Amino acid sequence: MKRLKPTNSGSNSSPQVPREVNSRAQLRDLQRAMASALFRPLTSQWGMQKRWTDGGSMEAVAAEFIKPNDRLSSFERLEIYNRQYWFRTLDCLYDDYPGLRAIVGERRFMKLATAYLSRYPSNSYTLRDLGNRLEQFLSEEPQWSAPREQLALDMVRFEWAQVVAFDGPAKPPITPDDILDSPPSKLRLGLQPYLSLLELNFAVDDFLIAVKKRESDVLRGEASNAMEAAPKSAVRRKRVRLPKREKVYLGVHRHNNMLYYKRLDPEAFAILSLLGSGSTVEDACLEAVTARERTNIDWSAQIKDWFDAWSTLGWFCRRS
Amino acid sequence: MPANAFNGFTEYGVGIGLRVPHYRHILAKKPVVDWFEIISENFMVDGGRPLEVLDSILEQYRVVQHGVAIYFGSADKFDREHLKRLKRLVKHTNTPWLSDHLCWGSVDGRYTHDLLPMPYTFAVARHTAEKIRAARDYLEVPICVENVSSYAEYHASQMTEWEFLSEVVELADCGILLDVNNIYVSSQNHNFDPYAYLNNVPHHRVGQIHIAGHSKFEKYILDTHDHPVLDPVWKMYAHAIKLVGNTATLLEWDDRIPSFDEVHNEALKANKFREQQLAASTA
Ligand SMILES: [Fe+2]
Repeated sequence: MKRLKPTNSGSNSSPQVPREVNSRAQLRDLQRAMASALFRPLTSQWGMQKRWTDGGSMEAVAAEFIKPNDRLSSFERLEIYNRQYWFRTLDCLYDDYPGLRAIVGERRFMKLATAYLSRYPSNSYTLRDLGNRLEQFLSEEPQWSAPREQLALDMVRFEWAQVVAFDGPAKPPITPDDILDSPPSKLRLGLQPYLSLLELNFAVDDFLIAVKKRESDVLRGEASNAMEAAPKSAVRRKRVRLPKREKVYLGVHRHNNMLYYKRLDPEAFAILSLLGSGSTVEDACLEAVTARERTNIDWSAQIKDWFDAWSTLGWFCRRS
Repeated sequence: MPANAFNGFTEYGVGIGLRVPHYRHILAKKPVVDWFEIISENFMVDGGRPLEVLDSILEQYRVVQHGVAIYFGSADKFDREHLKRLKRLVKHTNTPWLSDHLCWGSVDGRYTHDLLPMPYTFAVARHTAEKIRAARDYLEVPICVENVSSYAEYHASQMTEWEFLSEVVELADCGILLDVNNIYVSSQNHNFDPYAYLNNVPHHRVGQIHIAGHSKFEKYILDTHDHPVLDPVWKMYAHAIKLVGNTATLLEWDDRIPSFDEVHNEALKANKFREQQLAASTA
């Protein structure tokens, strides 16, 4: 078997490129080599890079395992797959993270997404999960979203919470009858797995609604007769004003299989968070309310209203 | 074949792929459709709207599961979580058979989300067949493997694609989902006779047929599923059903998806060829 360079399978070293595939080990070598080629970012002209990971000629590496035909070289045939990989994954992130895209801008979004996928290639069989480490990535490499690192992080947490709310698991909700006999000092409640509680520094909820509205207006505009005279590039896409810094507490959830985001009072957010981390109902309510500045409120009536609303929404379930 | 062990001894006619832009139309109008093919991975979720839609569809229609991410040809072992979820869905839909591709797409737990071609060697055929058998034993449902369209060939290959497909399905004792469009696309990209392919696979193992549209570029053809079926593919389809009989047939349309009626009418054109075949076989 001819090898370009003996290596281990570490992602930073050049993979082995087998010319024969007569065992599962050789099949794995071939698949590692091809996957490494596919995962390498495209050039600015959306082509395959001319150099392999070890600095050698990509043309030569491709020729090692891919046959040319009468129209395409080995390089060009492999390049079709390299392009398809990036088009598919970048398209997916482009569609799933419009808020982040609006914050960093379209061109920087593509660079950010490329850097993200280069560091964290997909680890799931479904493209739904493609952004599952975006938040981690943006914390580790804030330069991609500078100078709006905080805002970008808030948005990514919010957009990921929507993925979870859309098709995340649901447990049977607890009804008031289920907990009638449990005293609040003993009662611990679980929260639905599809519910995310977010403490944010920016009103990314309003911002995302505005971004989506702007995108659908542009689409409608482009499809209408009125805009036909103007080429697409001439259509001015007004940027949505970025949100100001303000504390926002959100519950991202679904109800009747529709996605919702519900603003929460800080005390309500605190109660839910404490319940989520295992506090009893009594402890959660006491702790959430005692440290607060708002004193002119009938807390017991307020808390009752909140619990009524949350249980109507089906947010409570048994703790696992 | 019309009814065989590989399609659960069913006699399905012409169906179409269930796609998101058509949900509303299908649920509201309940059009007559012989069967729907669903992409398994779209419904291997824990809850929410996808499962609600699926249940409404299951109440009205016959559904067959088609997967895009089992990757029988990956050197890696199966992702157990993937198979577990798939089995849960198989039980839920009661699919009479299940299909996925003769390809690979992940290595070392990293996913390309593509259907990548196999090197056609005997060792690889054995490895792939073992995985198909293991999947069938675990999932407890007949499996048909689909030939993919490809844009590259490996030096390592020792046989033609149809010889490899035949070798795998014989070793695995499984069915074939014969994608006629994919054969055409690959034949153009790799300079082989698509009829040699059609003529030389084990016809008794064909449990289902796919038809679709593709896009021609200057130097290659891309399997885009964004067009009506092209004439050479219809001709191949007619030849295929002459060889294998009136097999369950499904039109794939995945991009730039037109109205439900347009997709369904395109699919129903297959009936013309099926009727000719029926007339010829009873004459
Ligand atoms: Fe297909």
